Parts: sequence; structure tokens; C-alpha cells
Amino acid sequence: MKHLKIDNLHVSIGDREILRGLSLDLPTGQVHAIMGPNGSGKSTLAKVIAGHPDYTVTSGDILFDGESILVMEPDARARQGIFLAFQYPSEIPGVTIANFLRAALQARLPEGEELEATEYYAKLYEKMDLLEMPRNFTSRAVNEGFSGGEKKRCEILQMAMLQPTFALLDETDSGLDIDALKIVSHGVNSLRGPETGMLVITHYQRLLNYIVPDFVHVMINGRIVESGTKELALKLEAEGYDWATEPEAEAVGA
Amino acid sequence: MSNTQTQLDIDREKGNFRYDVDYEFDAGTGLNEKTIDYICDVKGEPDWIRQFRKDALKKFLEKPMPTHWASHDLENIIFDKIRYYLSQGGQKPKKTWDEVPEDVKRTFERLGIPEQERKFLAGVEAQFDSEAAYSNIKEAVGKQGVIFMGSTDALKERPEIFRKWFGKVIPTGDNKFSALNSAAFSGGSFIYVPPGVKVSHPLQAYFRINAENFGQFERTLIIADEGAEVTYMEGCTAPKFDTATLHSAVVELVALKGAKIQYITVQNWSNNVFNLVTKRGLAMEDAEVKWIDCNIGSRLTMKYPGVVMKGRRARGEVISIALAGDGQHQDTGAKMVHAADETTSNIVSKSISVGTGRATYRGLVNIPRHLKGCKNNTECDALLINTSSRTDTYPAITVRGTGNACQHEASVSQVSSEQIFYMQQRGLTEAQAMSLSVNGFVNDLVRQFPMEYSVELKRLIDLEMEGSVG
Ligand SMILES: Nc1ncnc2c1ncn2[C@@H]1O[C@H](COP(=O)(O)OP(=O)(O)O)[C@@H](O)[C@H]1O
Ligand SMILES: [Mg+2]
Repeated sequence: MKHLKIDNLHVSIGDREILRGLSLDLPTGQVHAIMGPNGSGKSTLAKVIAGHPDYTVTSGDILFDGESILVMEPDARARQGIFLAFQYPSEIPGVTIANFLRAALQARLPEGEELEATEYYAKLYEKMDLLEMPRNFTSRAVNEGFSGGEKKRCEILQMAMLQPTFALLDETDSGLDIDALKIVSHGVNSLRGPETGMLVITHYQRLLNYIVPDFVHVMINGRIVESGTKELALKLEAEGYDWATEPEAEAVGA
Repeated sequence: MSNTQTQLDIDREKGNFRYDVDYEFDAGTGLNEKTIDYICDVKGEPDWIRQFRKDALKKFLEKPMPTHWASHDLENIIFDKIRYYLSQGGQKPKKTWDEVPEDVKRTFERLGIPEQERKFLAGVEAQFDSEAAYSNIKEAVGKQGVIFMGSTDALKERPEIFRKWFGKVIPTGDNKFSALNSAAFSGGSFIYVPPGVKVSHPLQAYFRINAENFGQFERTLIIADEGAEVTYMEGCTAPKFDTATLHSAVVELVALKGAKIQYITVQNWSNNVFNLVTKRGLAMEDAEVKWIDCNIGSRLTMKYPGVVMKGRRARGEVISIALAGDGQHQDTGAKMVHAADETTSNIVSKSISVGTGRATYRGLVNIPRHLKGCKNNTECDALLINTSSRTDTYPAITVRGTGNACQHEASVSQVSSEQIFYMQQRGLTEAQAMSLSVNGFVNDLVRQFPMEYSVELKRLIDLEMEGSVG
């Protein structure tokens, strides 16, 4: 079992503090959900774990199996096994999905070793079938002109191909209709297993009906204010976030 | 003149190495009438060429540097310090690699030329400084009547065809550098394809500059007779020197009625080379001239391949990719001169500027009023990699008359930091991410290259991008 551990993490952008002492322990074999209102810092958390250069970690640590990854470049973190399904995936004009994933897999091989093309395509088609994506999808440029739903599906396809140790899914449900949501959830669920830990970030509890989490954390204002089992998500759905709002945040707001 | 010991400089650039060679003929530095006499004597040229060269020298000296519109960096070319002719001997280029002198052969072997020839080419000419060291055409192609030889030999052996077209598409006084080339030219290819013959594999020339302070002035003339088809490819490299090297070629293409010529360039000059080249094709009725031009490297490149569409329904096309690395200036573009009804031209230009690199697009499209049914399409897209990178576009489109159409699109884009982060998040290094983005940007054009060249191009882009980050 491996652990992704967030330890009392403080993160700023410019002189504004966004994460304010956040701790979380995600072991492989489990799915944790993070829920919270817009602007509470969920995407920031995901991007900081992935090593986005805009954010500054002012204190605390992120540990991959006991080792700090803060000094690692984003690509080194990715190759170590961290995957982020972006809330807003970037477009890469002219680069086909097939070539992009091939380059990403090639980057994981030792120097001098070449990716085996036949095996690669077999695996790619298998994962596309799982996500009910048409074959011609591979020759489209990454995210270029994709609908919201296609982008999210493409993120999960990449995750399925790269087989990360820790996957961070940021609002993967947004922009999906119910059919697409079912397909994507099916794809995600098929990747669950003892070797993989998942952090599912969502605004709505709807997704958690399909990807059932082992634990749910409520994030408000850059901190986790409540943790519990999946029933917590139902409570949030029924009662909203007000009950969980921090007293001090309220004081600031008042 | 040469060290007995082999001297070898390698770095990551493929062409950046140099073996010492012995030059039997050296015209010294500077260009004057005596230099021209020296070149003519060594090459054993007829009097009309001697006179042609001397007239050209006058024009070269008269013409001002075009710095009123072009880069002032041109002023840094010290013409008196350049060596205008260097060769190992006046003898004819060899027909087998075994006969090529060892010190020259190993350079081409290292560049992979004999291997490419075996694999996919119909003929190869390999020029080393001023003269071709090797020139050969596959027997089957030669049997079809195709002539492929150095232009030095062609003007002596095939004067009847050579003289008819030589200097007709690009007159000596076209510009200062075409005049310079006309005065000092040596090497380059001559191709004649007889009526109806379609050469199935490309013919290739490779231009190698080996000497320091050298000027390479090859002269290429390709004639496709009625209904003939031919593809010609050129590659070029030079080792990196601290001093300026000059490459100033003139390339003339003649596509007679219904003929097709495709001319592909993948240049990879080191960044001390001034690359000032004049390229133009003449397309007669129903003929097609297509330039695929890929410019990587050099200090300053000025090159605007053109097509004069002289016959009805003639077509002209320029597809160009320019990559301006740190400190480099790629000043490229296209000229389309419509001179008959229903002629069509297409220009697609993509440039990438890295670091302090600068890419300039200059276009000229001319459709006069009296013509009918002419069309031009121009597309130029620029990609900027760093905030210090620069691009400029100067399209000059003159379309007169009511029955003619023209479409023009231009864009400037940047590789965003979010895009790079996204790719890094998938495990690619920053340099790999950059390369992939740049390759994506030019992807639709690269697809038009023959396979072997698109692989080469991708590799060149990777190398350039490796140096551009971190
Ligand atoms: N790059 C950025 N520049 C400035 N502010 C940012 C940036 N990223 C996030 N923020 C701010 O940080 C807060 C948390 O944003 P985010 O992490 O996207 O929240 P969530 O994903 O929970 O909606 C918001 O107030 C947002 O405006
Ligand atoms: Mg978010």
C-alpha cells in the first residue's frame, strides 16, 4: 500500500492564502471525495499536488509514500504516478490523442526503449471501447473543438492509459449528461483497485451515486472542516454547506 | 593547409562536425575579375560564361544592400573576407561513393546520404563547398532520358538546353544576391525531364559547407518538359564557426505545358550562416510548381520562393515552415505572379519563433486587372514560444479586376503555460511538451513531406526545442 499524504498544507497565490492548513491521507485502494462550495480551493489543492507553478507552498508538505514531492517538477510527479483529470483541460492544437498518449507513455520508459506500437494500439482501443468512444477519436487533436463531455471522457481515457497510482479527478462530472456520467463513472470504477488511490473532487453529490467513495471530506475556505463516510455527502445534499461553514469565516463575512 | 591529425568537433547538432580536407583549388578571399578568371580557368568554362560572370559582378557591385526593407544584419557580411571558390580538383563528380576521396566521403556518410540514396532516392548529388563530389542517377531513371548532373557539367555538355533557360527565370540583376550568385556560381544541379516522363522517386541534392569564411553559390536549373513530373529535394548543413559563412543560391524551375515540379528544401544551417537565396519557378499552361520550404537554423535567412504563372490554368504553391531559434532571423515568404487567366496560387506559411528568434513573413501576390478567373489563397500563422520572441507579417496582395479572387488569413498564437503544464502533467518534460506543441502546430504541413523528411523535420524541431527551455 502507498500513501499520498497532505500535511498541514498552506498555499498562496500572490499574497493571498488559498489553502490554510489542509491535511489528508489518501492510501491506495481507497476513494476519497472532496466536496465544497465554489472557490473553497478544491482545484487549487489538485493543482498544487500536481505541481502547478503558479501556486506557492508556504508551509506544510506533500508526501508520496513518505517522500516529499514539493521539489519535483510536474512531469516527474506525473511519471511517479500522480494523475490529474483537469476541471478545464487545455487544448493542444495539431497533436492527436494517439500521438499525445504515445508520447506520454514513451516518456515513462527507460532511455533507449521504444514503445511497442501494436500493443499500444490494442490497449488504446480497449480503453476507448470501455468509454464508448468511437475509433476516429484518436486522430482528433487533444481537446481541440471538443464538447465539455468529450473533454471529460478524454481525461478519463488518458487516466486509463497511464494507470496512475494516485488519480485526482477535478469536477469530472461537470458538463456531463446522465448517460455520459454513467459511462465515465463506469470507466473510473473499472480503474479502482488495491493499486490505485483516487481523490474525487465534486460540487454535487450526484457523482457519488456512481463513484461511491470510502470517505468524504468537506472543504470550506481552504480547509477540511468535516470528514466522514458517504452518508456525509447525503447530508450535504440535503442541508447545503451552511452548517459546515467555519465560525471564523462567518465572522470575516459578517 | 591541413592538419595531418583529424580534427573533429561534435555537439548535439547533426551537421555540426568537421573533418579537415585538402583543397587543391582556392580562389582566396574577396571577389573581383581576377577571382572570376580563376574560377573560369579551374572549371574550364566557355567565354560566354566568363562574360556572364563579369557582367554579373558589375551588377552586384552597383546594387545597394536592400537594408531599406531588409535586416541591417546584412551589413555584417564582409564580402572581402569571404572565400569564393574551394575545391579538391576540377575533375568530374564521382559516380560511385567508392571513388569519392575519403576525407569528403566520410562527411556524407556521417550525414547518412549514401544510405538514403539506397533507400528511397532516384538520384543524388552531393556538393562539398564549391563542387559536387558525387553525382549519380539510378540506371532506370537515366534510361528514361532524364538528365541529372552538376550545372558546371551541364553548361559544357548540354549547352543547347542549358543556355536556353539559364538566367531566364531569375535575371542576373533580379536582386543583389542573384547578381552575386551569377558572378561566383559553382555547383548545384541541372535536371531535364523529357516530355511525359514521370520520375517516380525524388532526386536529391545535399549541400555541405565545410570551410570557414566560405561562400557557397550553387546554381540549380530544373526543366520539366511537357507533361513531365519530378520531385527534387535538397538538404543542407554546415559546421558552426564563429565567423560568418555565406550561402547564396539561385534556383530556377521551368515547368512546360502540363508539367509538375515539386521542390522540397529542408535546410539546417548552423547559426553563423547567412542564407540569402533566390528561388523562382515558371509554370506554363496547365503546369504546376510547388515549393515546400523548411527553414531551420542559419543566422539570417532571406528567401521568398516564387512562381510566375505564365500559361492558362497554371498553378503555383508555396508551403513553408520557418523556425527562428534564439538569435536567428527567418525572413521568408512567397511571391505569386499571375500572368495568365484562370491561374491559381496557394501560400501556406507557418513560423515559430523561439527565445529572441524573429520570423518575418513577406508575401507578394499580383493579379493584374486584365486577367480573369485567377485565385489566390494566403494563410500565414505564427507561433511565439517565449515573450522575447518576435514575428512580423508583410503581405502585399494586389488583386485587380472583378473576375479574380483572393483570400487571406493570418494568425499569431502562443504556447500557453497552461498547455505546457497540462502536457507535463502527463509526464512529458517541458522540452518534450514544447516540441510536441510545435510539431502539432506544423503538423498539417509536415504531412505533405515525404515520410523520410517529415521524420527528419520532427527530429530537428525536437533538437531546437531542447535548447530553448530551462
Ligand atoms: N491562478 C489563480 N489566480 C488568482 N486566484 C486564484 C487562482 N486560482 C485560484 N484562485 C482563487 O482561489 C480560490 C479557490 O479557487 P479554486 O481552487 O479554483 O476553488 P474551487 O475549485 O473549490 O472552486 C478562488 O477564490 C479563486 O479565485
Ligand atoms: Mg474547481
